[in-house]
Amino acid sequence: MHHLRQHIPQCIISLFLLLLILLAHSVGLPVAALLSDALVRLGMNGVLTLAMLPMVRAGAGLNFGLPFGIIAGLLGMTLAVNFRFTGLYGFAGALLLSLPFAMLLGWLYARLLNRVRGREEIAGIFAGFSLIFVMNFFWSVAPFTNPAMLWPIGGQGLRPTVNLQPYFGKSLNKLLLVTGDGWQLPLGLLAAFFLLCAVVHCFFRLRLGRAMIAVGDNEDFARLAGVNIQRTRTVAIMLSTVLAALGICFYAQSYGFLELYDAPLLLAFPAASSLLLGGYAGAGGSVGQVVLGTLLFQTLYVFTGPLANELLAPQVSEILRSLITNSVILYSLFYEGRRRRAGK
Amino acid sequence: MPENKRICLLFSVLFLFGWQVSEMSLTFIINEVIIRFVRDGILAAALILPILAGMGLNFAITIGAICAQIGFLLVLDRQIGGYSGLLLATVTALALAVAAGLLIGWCLNQLRGKEMIATMMIGFIGTALYQLVFMAGFGTVITPHNPEMILSRGVGIRNLVDLAPFRNLVESIWLIDLGPVQLPLFMILLVLFTCALISYLTRTRLGRQMRIVGEDPDKAALLGISPDKIRLLAFLLSTVVASFGQIIFLQNIGMINVYTAHLNSDIFAAAALLAGGATLRRAGIHNVLLGILLFHGLFIVSPQAGQKLFGNAALGEYFRSFVAYGTIAAALLLNIRHAEKQQQPTEKTQP
Repeated sequence: MHHLRQHIPQCIISLFLLLLILLAHSVGLPVAALLSDALVRLGMNGVLTLAMLPMVRAGAGLNFGLPFGIIAGLLGMTLAVNFRFTGLYGFAGALLLSLPFAMLLGWLYARLLNRVRGREEIAGIFAGFSLIFVMNFFWSVAPFTNPAMLWPIGGQGLRPTVNLQPYFGKSLNKLLLVTGDGWQLPLGLLAAFFLLCAVVHCFFRLRLGRAMIAVGDNEDFARLAGVNIQRTRTVAIMLSTVLAALGICFYAQSYGFLELYDAPLLLAFPAASSLLLGGYAGAGGSVGQVVLGTLLFQTLYVFTGPLANELLAPQVSEILRSLITNSVILYSLFYEGRRRRAGK
Repeated sequence: MPENKRICLLFSVLFLFGWQVSEMSLTFIINEVIIRFVRDGILAAALILPILAGMGLNFAITIGAICAQIGFLLVLDRQIGGYSGLLLATVTALALAVAAGLLIGWCLNQLRGKEMIATMMIGFIGTALYQLVFMAGFGTVITPHNPEMILSRGVGIRNLVDLAPFRNLVESIWLIDLGPVQLPLFMILLVLFTCALISYLTRTRLGRQMRIVGEDPDKAALLGISPDKIRLLAFLLSTVVASFGQIIFLQNIGMINVYTAHLNSDIFAAAALLAGGATLRRAGIHNVLLGILLFHGLFIVSPQAGQKLFGNAALGEYFRSFVAYGTIAAALLLNIRHAEKQQQPTEKTQP
């Protein structure tokens, strides 16, 4: 019974999606092109969803403090743009530059979360929000020198949106790009995403990964088995943060623009919602769920846009997306609460 | 010194520093603080009851705020002005808030332990539904009566709607002009009266029951109090009070930003309450009064202070956003840790 309930949002969304696709077809929208867009968006957003996984497995809740990793990624990319890195190597450089920041911020984030065990999610939300505003401060005074990133007048402070096209924007999207009649398939981007998925999957087979799963499943048992819980959780949170940093790099290069200031404020919610749509429900969590959930969510995203514009008023698609994202999260809280009550 | 007192002290220091740097005149700050007290006081007070019932910060007061906006928009749509319109808007808003509050309370009773995230999500979902109705529903499904409010394409309400029919209806009552300082005595008394009502409520039998449920739901159940019912009531009252608060807020501003006016009401109310020394387990009216003074005082001076210190007013605005969110984050971190220490004194054997 519980297994059935757990999949209700998945089923509803799948049916809704089917309906949308049929509707799109009847309105005359190019369905094949839209589906290929969904695959591009899977590569674009997938890593951000993947960043939920290590924390979830270690029992530290959904990673609503995603901004910690995102900020690290943004720092890496702004530095890469400042040094005028270009092309695929430039993108790799941005990834490498963001790693040290991700480790540092991840460690800090882990220290915060280890103080609030059991309430990590709400603490993560507000810690992440606060960090975004601290960084707003930084973006507007940081001594970057590449004029393409700075305000044209005054020459001080980064612009809210930096064009990545002259640097490494779309570099991974263009790698091994197969195009057809109206559709496109970025094999390089998808391969890179699946490679990261495989790495994470393999990580959970290693000793450290297994220890993480043990901590997430039953903390007391793990302690008796000699696992250092504090340390394992710290590693899991740092890993999540590193993945989030890589995730925002994937996102920005695929989008072609670097968005600073308040832009990443609410990015954690679609990512969390994606994992929940994939079938995660309070326990477990797998790479398969990440891929399935992100694909479902992004297909929905791609189809709501043009349809809402066609049938309703503009701006409605953004509202519909927010509605879906947050309803999925609320349902999962609901489901979890019901189960906890039944277990009592 | 307890941590909540330290937050008060920190805010006082920041406010005094910001004031010195910004070189604003005292009368200007007093005027602004009075206006903000009228606008935000009741919204902050709306958070008190759920805190007492042990549910933490109620970020779903945005739903109450939305109810107030719907009340105003419907009355404007029917073009009912003057006192009768204002009264009708208030009654509509409160009725909607009762319904919404019941729904929120029921929802939260299903998911104990993660109420705060859930209230955030409910706030987001309510915002999306509300925006959907007024952006796409008006002119398509719902027939508009007042063409002035509708966008030129015929669908959707304008972003900014004027509340001219209600302007200065209540502000002008007992408005005392003390030279440089304007004192809207009736509004201040109205806010104080609402606060006093909540304060009285916390001292009644219901208030005591809420405290018991907040401390230990199992004990409350043994005493014959239904925790679910008390929590439901706490959220119901909180939503209704918030809705009334937003009515005052909008009425005072004199116009509605239809799609955004309610958005940060939860964050600012929570931050103000916490700045006044409330914790996630204990809050009272004195926290509202002190918190509005400190938090909004800081809010008023920080752009100017940013301008004077760094030559950039935006920095001051980032700073105050950081302060709002950071206060809540700090309160969460401190309170959860504190609560754990109290609950499990033996489980301190971390390797």
